[in-house]
Amino acid sequence: MTSPDGQPSPNPYIPSLADIVEKRRETRGTYTYRLRLRNEATRRAFRFRPGQFNMVYAFGAGEVPISIVSDPDESESLDHTIRVVGSVTGVLDRLGPGDMVGLRGPYGSWWPLEEVRGKDVVLVTGGLGCAPVVAVINYIVRRRDAYGTLKILHGIKTPRDLVFRERFRAWARHPNTEVYLTVDRPDRTWRYHVGMVTNLFSQVRIDPARSVVMMCGPEVMMRYAVRSLLANGMPADGVFLSMERNMKCAVGFCGHCQLGPEFVCKDGPIFRYDRIRRWFEHPDV
Amino acid sequence: MQIVERSAFPVLCEALQRRGYELVGPTLRDGAIVYDRLASADDLPIGWTDAQEAGTYRLARRSDRALFGYAVGPHSWKKYFLPPALRLWRAERREGGFDVVAGDDEPPQLALIGVRSCELHAIAIQDKVFVEGACVDPYYRAQRDRVFILAVNCGVAGGTCFCASMNTGPKATFGFDLALTEVLEGDRHTFAVEVGTARGEEVLREVSSTVATAGERAAADAVVARTAASMGRRLDTTDIKQLLYDNLDHPRWDEVAARCLTCANCTMACPTCFCTTVEDVTDLSGDHAERWRTWDSCFTMDFSHLRGVGSVRSSSKARYRQWMTHKLATWIDQFGVSGCVGCGRCITWCPVGIDITEEVRAIREGTG
Repeated sequence: MTSPDGQPSPNPYIPSLADIVEKRRETRGTYTYRLRLRNEATRRAFRFRPGQFNMVYAFGAGEVPISIVSDPDESESLDHTIRVVGSVTGVLDRLGPGDMVGLRGPYGSWWPLEEVRGKDVVLVTGGLGCAPVVAVINYIVRRRDAYGTLKILHGIKTPRDLVFRERFRAWARHPNTEVYLTVDRPDRTWRYHVGMVTNLFSQVRIDPARSVVMMCGPEVMMRYAVRSLLANGMPADGVFLSMERNMKCAVGFCGHCQLGPEFVCKDGPIFRYDRIRRWFEHPDV
Repeated sequence: MQIVERSAFPVLCEALQRRGYELVGPTLRDGAIVYDRLASADDLPIGWTDAQEAGTYRLARRSDRALFGYAVGPHSWKKYFLPPALRLWRAERREGGFDVVAGDDEPPQLALIGVRSCELHAIAIQDKVFVEGACVDPYYRAQRDRVFILAVNCGVAGGTCFCASMNTGPKATFGFDLALTEVLEGDRHTFAVEVGTARGEEVLREVSSTVATAGERAAADAVVARTAASMGRRLDTTDIKQLLYDNLDHPRWDEVAARCLTCANCTMACPTCFCTTVEDVTDLSGDHAERWRTWDSCFTMDFSHLRGVGSVRSSSKARYRQWMTHKLATWIDQFGVSGCVGCGRCITWCPVGIDITEEVRAIREGTG
């Protein structure tokens, strides 16, 4: 067991070294880092699917689980959108091109993008944690003909919290793509909807028979959204959620991420709703 | 089955030491029987026993000179396989980045002396977590691969023991190199020895022994039968997974939460609880970083903390329910077995004497 610059390590705790090749500002305090694994063999062997995440290590500060938002066919580099909120992301905030981070992954389950080809895809996101569905959007817009209508429903607190502002505009211009933005507290410049993301369901036509719903964001938002969707005929096995839990190891050892019998790190973070229903409906299990 | 005289027991220990094993096992310290290094068989708690009840542990003298005449103490063997604090790796800053180096010290060869049946089950359960899944913990496995296990069939049942009802004891049935039953009859003090592995057989060959007679076999069986019959407690496991899954809102959780101090003692003493956290440290120069793994507990607020949300399980009710539901129910979905081996440690070492068998009974009886 030695350097991560060697072959892929059999020791799951050891991060591989990755260079920051680009850092793009998305909104205040939110950046997308383009990372490139330094070791060529590790880079070649790295395969992921949208929805999966990496543990990103900042030297001396620690690790954070971060969803991979780049395209899975783009193997040279990996994009991670990071919001600066804590001690580890605070250190990452000070890093840029030329600096290095540690990377372990990819971990977890993925969105069922292969299985739902041909269907309408409805994305419901809220708050600032929409990175996992950005991976879906990026994936679908590159393979536009393989899917039906793409409906993006995104709710945030204030207009200033809109991450990916430019990208939302760009996505809305794609064929067969609808973008619905809503804020709790609008300002004078806000031109879109006002209210909770669940309010959008009355305005967006969702055909349960030919749609799949994928959501991520604050749990309370998802709880209301699922309830509303199910009440409107969406089957529980047509709804997928990206869950967030405290996570230390990402390989099912540390125990922190348990959600009932599920380990969010390895059984999730993407769950089909019917699989976790019993636990999801209890806010504090 | 072979019979080894008490006088030959040190020879057995020496045979293990000659093979390069350090002896670890029960010994007296701080008013309890704990697991630690043993210089020789003389370090065992000879002639001692313990009296255990919910929230109570007291040492007491036995009327004989038994080597293993007590139940399990506050320690469990997990401290050797999953150390309370372990450096996972260190990293050194260098030009253009940093290097990460794993802890590659080969662990010592340990002979675990006096492993009880419930503990063999506990080790097997942690094996499922750390070596039998998709991902293997290299540190756990390295130590796990370097132990000799000398099991002991229990000669006494503690007041908080309930292995018989969990089907995890008191007789060792797998996972050992050698298993002993200590038999004290009048002036005779012997060990009935069963062989579990070829390695165990080799060690036994260095100790003078005789083939057990029918009478000696019966005497050894009687020891185990007596222990099984004198279990302090029992837990009815009938449909227990469904029972707990169906009762996440049972009023008993509020009742137990009013008593629970969320001190985490039960999780520290539990031989199967495996949760850990990590700590990243740097030295003053900032050029040297380390990542340490330490035991953690689902009873802390931090355990389930999410930024922007707080603790997912902020009430002691939610945390006690998580612990017990995991131990007895969700564990079965995760690993195919219960996470409880009936050792009773969580009952004995709970400062307010919360009794997991009583909590299950209350939920069962309060359910139509």
